[in-house]
Amino acid sequence: MKTTTFKVWQGNSDGGELKTYEVEVDQGYVVLDAIHRIQAEQVNDLAVRWNCKAGKCGSCSAEVNGSPKLMCMTRVDELPADKPITVEPMRTFPVVKDLVTDVSWNYEVKASIKRFSPKTADHEDGSWDMDQYDVERSQEFRKCIECFLCQDVCHVLRDHQLHDRFAGPRHYVHVANMEMNPIDTGDRVAELREELGIGYCNITKCCTKVCPEGITITDNAIIPLKERVVDQSYDPLARLIKLVKGSGD
Amino acid sequence: MTQHQVLEYDVVVIGAGGAGLRAAIEAAAKGASVGLICKSLLGKAHTVMAEGGVAAALANVDDRDSWKVHFADTMRGGHYLNAWRMAELHAKEAPERVRELEGWGALMDRTPDGLINQRNFGGHAYPRLAHVGDRTGLEMIRTLQDHGIHEGIDVHMEVTVSKLLMDGGRCAGALAYDRELGRFKVFKAKAVVMATGGIGRAFLVTSNSWEYTGDGHALAYEAGAELVDMEFVQFHPTGMVWPPSVRGILVTEGVRGEGGILKNSEGRRFMFDDIPPLYKESTADTPEEGWRYVIGDREARRPPELLTRDHVARKIVKEVQEGRGSPHGGAFLDIAWIQEHIKDSEDHIKKKLPSMYHQFKELAGIDITKEPMEVGPTTHYAMGGIRVDSDSQMSTTVPGLFAAGECAAGLHGANRLGGNSLSDLLVFGKRAGEYAAEFSAGNTPVHLQDEQIDLAVQEALSPLERDPGADVGPYRLQYELQQLMQDKAGIAREEDGLAEASDELQRLKTRAQAMGTSGSREYNPGWHTTLDLQNLITVAEAVVMASHARKESRGAHSRLDYLDKDPEWGTVNLVLKKGHDGEMELRREGIPEIPKELRKIIEEQG
Repeated sequence: MKTTTFKVWQGNSDGGELKTYEVEVDQGYVVLDAIHRIQAEQVNDLAVRWNCKAGKCGSCSAEVNGSPKLMCMTRVDELPADKPITVEPMRTFPVVKDLVTDVSWNYEVKASIKRFSPKTADHEDGSWDMDQYDVERSQEFRKCIECFLCQDVCHVLRDHQLHDRFAGPRHYVHVANMEMNPIDTGDRVAELREELGIGYCNITKCCTKVCPEGITITDNAIIPLKERVVDQSYDPLARLIKLVKGSGD
Repeated sequence: MTQHQVLEYDVVVIGAGGAGLRAAIEAAAKGASVGLICKSLLGKAHTVMAEGGVAAALANVDDRDSWKVHFADTMRGGHYLNAWRMAELHAKEAPERVRELEGWGALMDRTPDGLINQRNFGGHAYPRLAHVGDRTGLEMIRTLQDHGIHEGIDVHMEVTVSKLLMDGGRCAGALAYDRELGRFKVFKAKAVVMATGGIGRAFLVTSNSWEYTGDGHALAYEAGAELVDMEFVQFHPTGMVWPPSVRGILVTEGVRGEGGILKNSEGRRFMFDDIPPLYKESTADTPEEGWRYVIGDREARRPPELLTRDHVARKIVKEVQEGRGSPHGGAFLDIAWIQEHIKDSEDHIKKKLPSMYHQFKELAGIDITKEPMEVGPTTHYAMGGIRVDSDSQMSTTVPGLFAAGECAAGLHGANRLGGNSLSDLLVFGKRAGEYAAEFSAGNTPVHLQDEQIDLAVQEALSPLERDPGADVGPYRLQYELQQLMQDKAGIAREEDGLAEASDELQRLKTRAQAMGTSGSREYNPGWHTTLDLQNLITVAEAVVMASHARKESRGAHSRLDYLDKDPEWGTVNLVLKKGHDGEMELRREGIPEIPKELRKIIEEQG
C-alpha cells in the first residue's frame, strides 16, 4: 500500500477550493475508491454521486487531472505518480456540492425531443422482423450510459454556455438512435435544425474522445444527422418537391 | 409542525429501476396520476447492471420451448418453494412483456431470420434469454425510461423515502427527503408500489450498487407487511476477485452461456465431478457434448457450468477450501479456450461479451480473449422480500401497498434462475402498476395526520443532532455489518455463527440508533448512510433469523450443520412480521397445494 496525494474540490454554488488529502491506495484502486476512503475516514459529508462502481450507470462523472472521466473506471496507477491527482466536478453544469453537479437540464432536453414512434408490427404477436446488420447502427448509440461527459467537454456548452439553443452530443446520439432504428417512423430533422441546434456543432470530436463507451459520436451520429438536415433543408430539388407537395416545414 | 411540501397522487411508485418504471408506466396508462420516486438520477438504478438477458419463452431459437417448460424450469430452480401462481403468470406473460419493449424503442440482438435472438443460461432447458450483448439491463432501463418520460409521470430524482405513512391500517403515502437540500416531501397516495430492489449492501462482497440497502423490505416491514423467504440470498458464482477494489463486480453468466468453462488450479474442469440428481439427466457427460450444446446442437445436453447458481457457487467455494483455488481465492473462468473451436474467437468474444472484455481490460489488466478470469461468489440477489398476492402484487397484510421486482418475493423460491429477474420486473412491475391504479380508483382518499409526519421528520433528522464523534461513523459501522453478514450469514452458515450474528446485530442496531453525523442537510452522504443503516440492519436481522430457523440446505441457503435437503422443509415458507412488542416474529407457513394441471406440467417436464 502506498500513499498518494489527492486534491479534491469542495464547495457549493457560492464557491469552493481544492483541499489536499493523503490517501492510502490499495492495489487496483480507482479514483472513486480514493474518494470513498476520504469520505469514510476524513470527510463524512463529502458529496459524490455514484451507483454501480462498474462503469455501467454513468453516475460518477468528474474531471480527473482536468479530463472528463468516470471515477470508477480511472485507475490511480495509470495517472502520473509524480504529482497530486486533482478531482473536480464537471464544469459545464452548476455545482450542487463538492463533486456533485446539477445535471437536470439534460433530462429536460431529452423529454422535449420527439419520442420514438414505431411502424405497425410485422406480426400479430406485436413483433417486428429486423436484421442484425440494421439494428447494429442504433445499438452503438444505445450503449450510452448518460454520464454526460460528452456534454461536459463540448465547448458549445462548456465555454459558450449555449444550453438554451444547443442540445449537445448526448442528445444527438439519442436522436440518431431513433432516426436509425429500423422501425421508427418519426422525423426529427426540423427539430434538430431548430430547437436542438445541431448547426452549432463544428465537429471537433472532443465528445468522441471522452466517451467511456467508445461511441463514435461525431462520425456515426452527428455527421449523418447534419447531412440529413442539409439534405432536407437546403437541397433545392428536395425543397421544390416539398413546395409542390405542400408539406414544407 | 414541520415544514414540508405535500404532493398528492393516485399512485406513488418508490424506486425507478425496471420494476418501478414498468409499474409507473402501467399505472399511468390506466389513467392514474403517478409520482415516481428515485433514490438516484433517473436511469441509474441497479437494473442497469443486469447483463446476460431477459428470460422469456419466445421459442425463437428452439421451437420446443413454451411457457410450460419455462414454468417447470423456474419451479425446479427454486426447489419448489416458489409461489407457483407467480411462476405460472411469469412464464405465460414474459414473452409479451419482452416483445412490447421493441415497440418502445428497444433493439435486441437478432436471429438470422430477424427475430429476437435468445441465449443459453443456467437452469433454462432451451436458449431463452433475449439479450443485447452483455448489456441487456441497460437496454431495458433506458427503453422504459425513454418511454416513461412521455407518459405524464412526475419523476422525483434523488429523493429518498424514510418512512411509509399510514391511514389506519392502510398505506397512505410516504415521507421522503431530497438529497440536494435535505427538504422533506410528503407523498400522499391512495396506493403505493414498492420497487426498491435488493439488499446486497448488507454484505461485504456484492455485485449490487450503492442503492441496494433493503429500503423497501425494511419500510414495508415497519409498516406491517410480511416478509418471506428471507433466508434465500443468491450468491452469484462469478464475481471478480482481483484486484481488491473490484471484488464482487459481476461477471455475467453469459460467459458460460457462450462456452466459458470453470477450472481449478490443477486445470481440472471440476464442474463435471458432482452433478446434482435433479439435473443428472439434462447435463452433458463429456466436454465435447457440452460444447455441442453451446453451439446449438439440439441433441446435446448442457455443460455442467450451466447448472443453477446455488450449485456452481458452492462448487467454487469447495475448490478454494480444498486448496485448488486460483491465486486470489477463486476459480478460473476461461472463455479464451473457444479458440479451439472458433476461428475468429477474439472478435466473437468481443462482440458477444463487450462489457466483460472492457471490464477486465480496464480494471484487472486481463485480456479475456487470451487469458482466463479469476472469479468467485458474490452476493447478488434477494429471493426473499415483501409477501404479496400473486395476481395483484398487493401486500398480504397492508392494503394499498404493492411490491414488484426484487423487493417482492415468491417467484424464485429458494434460488433464482439467471434471466428471470428481468422478466420478473417486467411481468410483475406491470401487474403492480395495473392493480395499484385499480385499487386507487376503487378506494376513498386517504387522510394523513400531522403528528405521524412530524414524528417521521424528527426521526430522519435525529442523526444530525447527535454527536458525530461518539462512534466510528456511519461508513465504518456499515463495514462492520457487512463483515458480520459475510462471515456469519453468507454462502455457508451454521448454528453458532448465526446465533452470534443475531446477538451482534442487536449491538449494531443500538449503535446505529445512536449514530451521529456531521455536516448539514445539503447533499450529505454521511447522513444518508446513517439512515440507510437502519434499513440494512432490519433486513440483516430478517436474513439471520430465517437462516437460523431453516435447518436444512436448500437452494441458495446452505447450512454446514444440515448439509442435505429435508423433505419436511420442502413444503414450508418462513414468514416474518413485526410483532406487537416491536420484535421480529417468525412463523412457518405451508405452501398452498399446487393445482393438478400445474403439477402435471412439472411431472411431464421431468
